[in-house]
Amino acid sequence: MLELALKGSKRYYAWIGFLLVLIGIGFTAWVDQIMNGLEITGMSRDVSWGFYISQFTYLVGLAASGVMIVLPNYFHSYKTNKHMVIFGEFMAIAACIMCLGFIIVDIGQPTRMMNMIFHPTPNSILFWDMIVLNGYLFLNLLVGWTCLQADRANLPHPKWLKPFIYTSVIWAFSIHTVTAFLYQGLPGRHYWLTAILAARFLASAFCSGPAILLLVMMATEKFTTFKMPKNALKTLVKIIAYAMCVNMFFFALEIFTAFYSNIPGHMHSIVYLFAGEHGHHELVGLMWTFIGMAAIAITLLVTPKLRNNLKLLPYTLVILVIATWIDKGLGLLIGGFNPTPFDTITPYWPTGKELMVSMMIYALGALVVTVLFKIATEVKEEMGHSQELPCGCSTEDNCDCTLECGCPKDNCTCEEEAAEEAPAEA
Amino acid sequence: MKNNRRAFIKLAAVAAAGLAVAPKAMASSGGHSPVKANPKGLHAKQWAMVIDSTKLHSEEEIAKLADSCHKIHNVPELTGKKEVKWLWSDIYPHTFPEQENPHLAEEVHHRHYPLLCNHCEHPSCVRVCPTKATFKRPDGIVAMDYHRCIGCRYCMAACPYGSRSFNWGEPRKNLDLANLNPKFPTRMRGVVEKCNFCVERLAVGDMPACVEASEGAIVFGDLYDPESPVRKVLRERFTLRRKPAAGTEPCVYYVI
Ligand code: SF4
Ligand code: SF4
Repeated sequence: MLELALKGSKRYYAWIGFLLVLIGIGFTAWVDQIMNGLEITGMSRDVSWGFYISQFTYLVGLAASGVMIVLPNYFHSYKTNKHMVIFGEFMAIAACIMCLGFIIVDIGQPTRMMNMIFHPTPNSILFWDMIVLNGYLFLNLLVGWTCLQADRANLPHPKWLKPFIYTSVIWAFSIHTVTAFLYQGLPGRHYWLTAILAARFLASAFCSGPAILLLVMMATEKFTTFKMPKNALKTLVKIIAYAMCVNMFFFALEIFTAFYSNIPGHMHSIVYLFAGEHGHHELVGLMWTFIGMAAIAITLLVTPKLRNNLKLLPYTLVILVIATWIDKGLGLLIGGFNPTPFDTITPYWPTGKELMVSMMIYALGALVVTVLFKIATEVKEEMGHSQELPCGCSTEDNCDCTLECGCPKDNCTCEEEAAEEAPAEA
Repeated sequence: MKNNRRAFIKLAAVAAAGLAVAPKAMASSGGHSPVKANPKGLHAKQWAMVIDSTKLHSEEEIAKLADSCHKIHNVPELTGKKEVKWLWSDIYPHTFPEQENPHLAEEVHHRHYPLLCNHCEHPSCVRVCPTKATFKRPDGIVAMDYHRCIGCRYCMAACPYGSRSFNWGEPRKNLDLANLNPKFPTRMRGVVEKCNFCVERLAVGDMPACVEASEGAIVFGDLYDPESPVRKVLRERFTLRRKPAAGTEPCVYYVI
């Protein structure tokens, strides 16, 4: 099926070329890092993990989130999601690759990476994280590819795949839980030392991940004939809304615990992040931006009228992604290291080179997504699955509006009809 | 077809026999020849240190100890937030952040305290290391294998005492190459390092360098020997440990 990725429009090639250029530019910074060591980064003795590890943490969420489409489909037979499943799985593949990439660029002696396998150390969570990440990558490759191949041949999905699918659903929870354990079990890092961290990780993954996926799917719709079934889209947006509410609720629990108990260690990180401490206010503006954007995103998501407004939806999702990224992709890590073990503040900010290396990995992820989504949408087009009708509906929507029906493109009444005809089967 | 299979089985049998013999052949080749221990070497169940902060508390005095430690261990000289250090000094609120007291005696508050790896009995750095590059020796010393370390810096995140340093760049660039201690290795970049309680000196019967340079202000000995000098001081004087709540059981005690 890979050959499907080779034939494409000029625009497709231009995009691939653009990504390759980004990868190339980032690669020069990475070579510099390999020659000179991690001194090109902004990390320090006190803040010993930085942008790389925080991006890894954020992207694990994206990898885990695919399960929000897969799970309803396989565990609840919610077939409306059927044609979206493959995209969730392919997104997870790209996310896993990016995660592994961020780990590789972060370690000081990448050539010795295999020491983790030659000297397996089960008491280290990093060992388990390696297992679950690679396992999840493998599971998604296997399931995604096999299903798509079966689809293309017009065959039912093979029976032997079932156990792998169910495993992958449970596995998705494990990757984010284990990643949270990476942080959560460390004495002396109060911002991370909380039993709810794994739950927080999952909640934020299940809102930010599907949000990113939806944004990518919307872009995919622009460039291909694929169209998301409306009910599947709506279900996903509802999941995002719930997950974001839970995410912020969990955050509020942390605040309560810290400040009602009045234990200094628990308060310091939060005070540093939101008010600044010892004269350091680096993150205060960003953290309040996070709170503000989270509030806006929740308002837009829980109000049915605003949630169902497909014009507004992309903006809502972008706001949500930025909010969760500040929280988890930046604040969590820096707040965990600050205050330092000496109760002092060592500010951290990624350097330009660090950002370039990160750009390389993000571009690599985008490349993988592009290629995999290209293949998936081509197959769907061949099969006539979830294709866009002239009025903007998907063929899965039970929407009988064709051009002949005279539906103007941007005022399709089919949507309401479809909703009546095919109520959510949950 | 049948022939092929037979040939394969034969081959497999030969290979298995080879595998069975190989370890013995390797052993006799001297790969694991026994190492004779230095008869003068010092032993303990758990090495520990008591620092008398009434005798040793000025920045300059501690800098002298740090100097001798850093010299014999070829610790690169760096300043700023990417520095590498095994032994250094800091003020009370930074040393005992959870045992602060606003009405503490001025003098105690303004002393400087020597800081180093505590060689904890339950070291979190060992627990998290994915390659066993950080490991606990039978004598309680938390040691590092610089050749095993992959530089993931998980141990730095895990140590509640900020005792570890990472070689962000090439450490030899910041060493006085003419005055290296040839008896101790230098490090390469990309690995973590920290105080090792001078295992290399204990092995030949010497006390740790800082203990020797402290002129009696630091006592060193076996925590599990009631007769050891360490236990004697612990019996007689009031001592503090850094962050007892972290549960790592630090083996460096401070007489206040
Ligand atoms: S002080 Fe830190 S580095 Fe030293 S043994 Fe304890 S946890 Fe490990
Ligand atoms: S940086 Fe080295 S010593 Fe520290 S946890 Fe990683 S492999 Fe172990």
